[in-house]
Amino acid sequence: MDLTAKVTGNILICRVKGELDHHTAEEFRDFVDRGLENNPVKHLILDLTHLSFMDSSGIGVLIGRFKKVNLRGGKVAVVNENKQVSRVFEVSGIYDIIKSYSSISKAVNDL
Amino acid sequence: MNVKNFMELRIPSKSQNEAFARVATAAFASQLDPTIEELADIKTAVSEAVTNSIIHGYEDCEGIIIIKCRMDEHGVEIEVRDEGKGIEDVEQARQPLYTSKPELERSGMGFTVMETFMDEVEVHSEKGKGTVVIMRKKFASLAKGQGVSGNEG
Repeated sequence: MDLTAKVTGNILICRVKGELDHHTAEEFRDFVDRGLENNPVKHLILDLTHLSFMDSSGIGVLIGRFKKVNLRGGKVAVVNENKQVSRVFEVSGIYDIIKSYSSISKAVNDL
Repeated sequence: MNVKNFMELRIPSKSQNEAFARVATAAFASQLDPTIEELADIKTAVSEAVTNSIIHGYEDCEGIIIIKCRMDEHGVEIEVRDEGKGIEDVEQARQPLYTSKPELERSGMGFTVMETFMDEVEVHSEKGKGTVVIMRKKFASLAKGQGVSGNEG
């Protein structure tokens, strides 16, 4: 799994490359949490353009990050997830709490 | 089931084997020429079952997970078996959002994902002995006629 982050205003933007499952969930969680703790950000955008696979372990870790961001009054958005990832999102009902956008700029403008 | 081909994998319950298990199973199933979406469904369902065996079946100790895949003229049957601690209440475990490990940020959606992405999911478990998950999926490309006969018309 390859993770990169940048801060734009009060938004932490993380790009996720690879596969998010039980094996990689901890690495993902630690990376995002570090970004949230070390930067004065409110919102979180996850660029999933290069996330090739995700299962329900990803849902658990996303809900955990949502709770953290929600506590500071922020929102979580995902960008450009593929069809497989999108189906797992749909089944778990995560679109009720995390909105999806087709580009980072659209997500930034809407937050 | 009129088994045309089969495979069996034995792997230790290490999390780094989750990706191997789902990719290997999907590669085997690809012989039947499923759609990309059907293959993604199989990968996701296998990933859920294997993860359950690792996290819940074997918890902190290491054991063996056996994955069997059989194919017939309609599709595949995939079996994921562990000899771990078993599930006390299978009905409860299959409920959406139920998890015995909320502290690990588990979503409790594993069985729901398996049920959504496969046509049939059977769970057999005995406390102290282990769990077997059997999942079946028919492929749309094989639905016409009696399967892979080669020439059409």
